[in-house]
Amino acid sequence: MQIKDKVVQIQSDPRNKKRWLVAVIAFCLVITAVVLGLITGAVNISVTDVWNALFGNEETLHRQIVYELRLPRVLTGLLVGACLASAGALLQGIMRNPLADPGIIGVSSGAGFVAVIFMILFPAQLKFLPLGAFLGALVAALVVFGLANIGSGGSPYRIILSGIAVNALLGAGTTGIMILNSDSVQAVLPWLAGGLSGRSWPHFYTILPYASIGLILSVFAIKPANLLLLGDEVAKLLGHDVEKSRFLLIVLAAFLAGAAVSVAGLVGFVGLVVPHIIRMLVGNDYRYLLPISALGGGFLVVFADILARSWFDPIELPVGILLAFVGAPFFLYLLHTGGIKSE
Amino acid sequence: MSDRVLAAENLDLFLSTSFSIEDISLELHKEEIVSIVGANGSGKSTLLRLLTRLIAPDRGHVYLEGKRINEMSPKAIAQKLTMLPQTHNHYLDLTVNDLVKYGRNPFKKWFEGFKAEDQEIIDFAISATNLENIKHRSLPSLSGGERQRAWIAMSLAQMPDILLLDEPTTYLDISHQLEVMELIKKLNRENGITIVMVLHDLNQAARYSHRLIAMKDGKIVQQGTPKKMFNQDFFKEIFGIDVSIYYDEDIPFFIPRYIGAAMTEMAWT
Repeated sequence: MQIKDKVVQIQSDPRNKKRWLVAVIAFCLVITAVVLGLITGAVNISVTDVWNALFGNEETLHRQIVYELRLPRVLTGLLVGACLASAGALLQGIMRNPLADPGIIGVSSGAGFVAVIFMILFPAQLKFLPLGAFLGALVAALVVFGLANIGSGGSPYRIILSGIAVNALLGAGTTGIMILNSDSVQAVLPWLAGGLSGRSWPHFYTILPYASIGLILSVFAIKPANLLLLGDEVAKLLGHDVEKSRFLLIVLAAFLAGAAVSVAGLVGFVGLVVPHIIRMLVGNDYRYLLPISALGGGFLVVFADILARSWFDPIELPVGILLAFVGAPFFLYLLHTGGIKSE
Repeated sequence: MSDRVLAAENLDLFLSTSFSIEDISLELHKEEIVSIVGANGSGKSTLLRLLTRLIAPDRGHVYLEGKRINEMSPKAIAQKLTMLPQTHNHYLDLTVNDLVKYGRNPFKKWFEGFKAEDQEIIDFAISATNLENIKHRSLPSLSGGERQRAWIAMSLAQMPDILLLDEPTTYLDISHQLEVMELIKKLNRENGITIVMVLHDLNQAARYSHRLIAMKDGKIVQQGTPKKMFNQDFFKEIFGIDVSIYYDEDIPFFIPRYIGAAMTEMAWT
């Protein structure tokens, strides 16, 4: 007697179902956070009232609160989170280092350094602030990447160590400028703490063009980012220009981080935590990782901001501080569990 | 010669005071299987990287079908020649099918999608490597041999004329080693792919290659058919060991006897 081999042919990647599920859940979370962000606050406003405030014609107090205060803040938070998480996901791929987060490797402080210079020394030129922040982020990213790759290739530790050095240098520079211009520091302090407090339509319109361009360009980053995951040699053997695409991806990540920093200041750990959790759920493939991370980042920042402004009511915590409370232990956990294995 | 598909002329590469490639010239002919052999650190893998322009030589040129490789576009090269590197990113969680699809990259513009023709080639690569039943499994869930076959399938999807392999059987157990070697032989016979590989197992090299190239200290010291190369002097010179040579039908194989005088001397200096 012969026993027939039962060959179970799976018709497609079994993870695809889960990936779409995660994407749908992330999308629902974003919607939930937006709705929560509009109804919660010093005055709780019901969903119906929010609806009427947004789409009704009456000039009510609710309309003032929802339309002038909460809506721009929530939308700005969405873009900030999406930019930071996308930048983190890209940097982790480019540097093949799961600890690469714009805040940790100095990209955000590069942006912050230039932003402080702008705010203190050229307060009239604030419309160029995102551009300046982008250039600061870019220079910092290239320096860290260059330092880490001198000699025997970039190990995870070397990237973190050069990030610490660059962070310290830029932090000192930022503090120095602030001390030397102590009379105009008041405008900078809330921004530096990192958060969405007092962010309104002008901030939203500042980040909107940069965030849109950055997030749209991320779509074009998916293919090269995936090719880089195969390893430099394999990507080259497939005819891919590895150096060029790595440089362009660093530019894009710096652009995204710069956009976020220019309106929200130094908000850390979003770029670390979000891509990590999403990667655990959907895997490394950037076709899923990048867009779902953007959604997750938007959700996290908006949600954390709701907590930050309602938890200790009437005191408002900067969302950056709240995120650091969650993010720093997570970072230590990753270090501990060897989440920093490179290739 | 018209069937000269890949050639190197006077390649020099200085890497450090203790390691360099010196004046390497070689020719590879159409539908040939050539194995590069030699001790650790003799420059075998470096030579493969020079031939695939992953490293640029300090001096000399590599010619692919008569054209200088450094003057060709990366994609044009990748359509003719590819290599299977020794180590891969072990954290890749792609499915076999997704990995093999990357093999079509050299033929695609930035945002070009897959056509029916690409799908045919992908299907061919997967069936040639006998991976149909596991094509939707992810790489980490496969055995070492299956994973190696998946990477070979990706190379095949490039439809290369020349395939270079850097120690394709290292880390595999003996049955998976044979599986990979038989696959390479089949690809050479049925698809006319020229094969150049670095092999540590000299008996396998002798069994599967038309020609051996032996390297020592960054230089090519001998080359020829396995039958011509397999003699006691060869093993003494290249590896510093004494061996006995036997024949299985027409194929030579060796059994090591002891470390020769040359090697013991080296160990003490």
